[in-house]
Amino acid sequence: MSRQRKNYEETKQYHFLQWLFGKEDYLNGHIEMKEEEEEEIIEDTAQFSDEVQRKRIYERLYNLDKNREMKFFNKIYAVVSVLFCLCFIGIMLLAVSYLPRFGEASNPDNNEVSERYIEKGQEETGAVNIVTGMILDYRAFDTFGESNVLFIAACCVTILLRTDYSKKSKEQKKILRAQNEDRNYEPKNDVILQKVAFFLVPLILIFGIYVILNGHLSPGGGFSGGAIMGAGLILYLNAYGFAKTERFFTSKTYKVITVGALSFYCLAKSYSFFTGANHLHSIISAGTPGKIISAGLILPLNICVGLVVTCTMYSFYALFRKGGY
Amino acid sequence: MLGTSVFTNYEEVTAVILFAIGFSTLLLHKNLIRKIIGMNIMDTAIYLFLASKGYISGRAAPIITNGVMETEAYINPVPSGLVLTGIVVSVSVTALMLSLTIRLYRRYHTLNLDEIAILSRKGGK
Amino acid sequence: MEFVRNFPFFCIILSMFSGVVSSVLSGKNAKRLTFFSLTAILVMSFALLSHLMAAGESYTYMMGHFPAPWGNEIRAGVLEAFMAGFFSLIMILSLIGGLNHIREDVEETKVNLYFVLIDLLLSSLLALIYTNDLFTAYVFVEINTIAACGLIMIHTKGRTLLAAVRYMIFALLGSGLFLLGISTLYDLTGHLLMENMKESVAVLISKGEYGVPLLIVISFMSIGLAIKCALYPFHAWLPDAYGYSTASSSAILSSLVSKGYIFLLIKVFYRVIGFEIIAESKILNILFLFGVAGMIMGSISAMKENDIRRMIAFSSVAQIGYIFMGIGLGTEAGIIASLFHILSHAATKSLLFIAGVGLTDASGKKKDFASLRGAGYRNKVAGVAFTIGSLSMVGMPMFSGFISKFLFSTASLSAVPAKTLLTLISLAVSTILNAVYFLRLTIFLYTPVEGNHGAKMEWKTQKKFSLALGCFVAVNLVLGLFSQPIVNIIETGLKMFG
Repeated sequence: MSRQRKNYEETKQYHFLQWLFGKEDYLNGHIEMKEEEEEEIIEDTAQFSDEVQRKRIYERLYNLDKNREMKFFNKIYAVVSVLFCLCFIGIMLLAVSYLPRFGEASNPDNNEVSERYIEKGQEETGAVNIVTGMILDYRAFDTFGESNVLFIAACCVTILLRTDYSKKSKEQKKILRAQNEDRNYEPKNDVILQKVAFFLVPLILIFGIYVILNGHLSPGGGFSGGAIMGAGLILYLNAYGFAKTERFFTSKTYKVITVGALSFYCLAKSYSFFTGANHLHSIISAGTPGKIISAGLILPLNICVGLVVTCTMYSFYALFRKGGY
Repeated sequence: MLGTSVFTNYEEVTAVILFAIGFSTLLLHKNLIRKIIGMNIMDTAIYLFLASKGYISGRAAPIITNGVMETEAYINPVPSGLVLTGIVVSVSVTALMLSLTIRLYRRYHTLNLDEIAILSRKGGK
Repeated sequence: MEFVRNFPFFCIILSMFSGVVSSVLSGKNAKRLTFFSLTAILVMSFALLSHLMAAGESYTYMMGHFPAPWGNEIRAGVLEAFMAGFFSLIMILSLIGGLNHIREDVEETKVNLYFVLIDLLLSSLLALIYTNDLFTAYVFVEINTIAACGLIMIHTKGRTLLAAVRYMIFALLGSGLFLLGISTLYDLTGHLLMENMKESVAVLISKGEYGVPLLIVISFMSIGLAIKCALYPFHAWLPDAYGYSTASSSAILSSLVSKGYIFLLIKVFYRVIGFEIIAESKILNILFLFGVAGMIMGSISAMKENDIRRMIAFSSVAQIGYIFMGIGLGTEAGIIASLFHILSHAATKSLLFIAGVGLTDASGKKKDFASLRGAGYRNKVAGVAFTIGSLSMVGMPMFSGFISKFLFSTASLSAVPAKTLLTLISLAVSTILNAVYFLRLTIFLYTPVEGNHGAKMEWKTQKKFSLALGCFVAVNLVLGLFSQPIVNIIETGLKMFG
């Protein structure tokens, strides 16, 4: 090759390869970007902002000459885990090979229970969608537990990520605010995103509401519809920023909706469980299958679940993004 | 030694292999995000397993159409409901794990679990 | 149906409802609501217990309008009611004992969320105790896991975050295996209710069909649950989690959370598979070996520890080992001994955690042994309580630990000779090890020291703490001195299981 080495860096080939392999961000310098700031460490135990200590840790971890034991352990660990996984595959294949054949009608799990759900489900629960009828009427206790799983996960995420300003010293507050502003930084007035969101968000929200309301008539229900609506809200937030979403959705809204929906679920189902177990007459009727207002408690419960899921999805995103909403 | 239906239960076999892939991701990677991905793969594998239990070839989804209420028309609705429950559980667990990861990253500025362990032993009270 | 039979359902719904409502209350009101619901659950459980003792039979309770194979069900017997009452009692006492520390360790705006976690944890424990449906059990196992993780990481200082991540990884692996077991079992039986499952399993066994998958189901379920309750080789998350979380959390986690899973495991053995089938399979031997290994290794790790909280945490590993050893014996007496040890360990371990935190408070919040020197003089109540707890752990007569060790050794006599020998030897070794590390710490506590090592604490300034410790000691003495009625309750409860 006659080309001089030092000129190589100016060739197109070099630039192409750099771009291809992602060595360099080709947008760098061509787009307005905010410089990344070094995040201030406010956590209690972190005193290793000094590079020396950090380096020492890396050495301890990666300097494999000094760290023979670790190297040995890592190798053994990798081998053992691979063996373990292979064993697992073996055992499970053994189990699977003795299981009933896939897709046959005479398998043991297609028995009186599923037959009853299909044959009598519509009559007993009023829901055309048998799966909805099953999870919100035959096995409603499970589904209540499931909404509680979402609720408690939201509580845990709140504990971890919500930043509370009260009862903190002034300096801590200052650092927290600065951090939050950093996290808050978002590309304002992105025209493409905003225009797309302008058309899509209403559609997504209406589709979500449709899926929730028709949960007992067609595929869908509270969980799927709630996830769709949550996605719509997240899109809106991304396009227009926190200032606009906070006009209609704050932590107070979240609390009111979630606690209201879960309490309604709890009380309504308690009534139904209590009357069912004590063989009392229940005032809730199944209605005419196929109508929107039918299927007894299933429609209100679907709405409750949908609200809880929507709020939880949105709050997950808001907490991850900003530490509050 | 293997039973007869290992070649007919291909969906379950896929699920098992997928589970092992997720499991080995969980075991072999030090990076927390990858561990979480591994866990999600494991969950998905279980749902595939569960969903394939309810399938009956040639039958429709369990939503009553045209008033047909014979058992022969629809697949088993129970596993579908169970999978729905399982998915919600895995969403919540993933959110929790990711928020834990965010906190750990903010404190230790790394996602490598080994480094975090060493760092926490140093600064641990 | 008598009104009292609604109580299990009321207990579960009440604790869930107060959990949901607590999330919008202030910290103080959430605390009041939680204590109210805990007390109500305690009273209801013991009322139900006395009713069931008089009636002499268990019953199932429909959750909805649909009878057995179609709807959801819960089931109550003597053992369930007793466990529910005992668990809520221990929870109340642990909360009272650690109240000061909750105020210190948890951010003030998040105190109400702590009580949300407590309420939902209790509801999930109650549901695990009462449920008659395997999939409901799975859902509540997950609630239990997430709530426990929340309790660990709500005190965000120190190593708790890492501990929470480790805990979650292990717990999710465990619940994944458990769910895999449930779905395979559903495929084999076509039911999710425990009674119907058991009938189908019996039919399958008598026909000789599906032997291999059944064995694998049993092993997945037991190993999954064993991972979740930190049986010996899977205990890596435990010392950090118990050692650095706030005092009430440690007490509740070690004494209740893992016990809920063990109770579920026993329930699966008795009510889903059938104990005879389990006893014939080899899986019990594996659990037995893990248990014995845990007894010894947990105690050895505890001996090496120089930090009071971590030492107690490692001792928990050993005690979980005892319980699994009892289950692994494969006899009914072994299960009874394990169930009694669940009670005795719950009472003693929470006593030790709460008393331990009182001792560290009197030593300037330092947890190493050198700083704890003479702490027994500085905080007399905590010192006495800690000593009693250690003696009970070691197995002094009069206290609960002695009875459970006695039950284990008598139970082992009816097992296979090899197991008898191994049980007796490991019991002896582990008792000696227990004595070494607990008495070593007690001697440290009562070594007089010169100079000021921390504030003196009188019982008048910590009335609630002293009250909780007093109650714990009383529970311990009751378990130790009047063990026969309790063993009788467990026995009748187990008969109702079958």
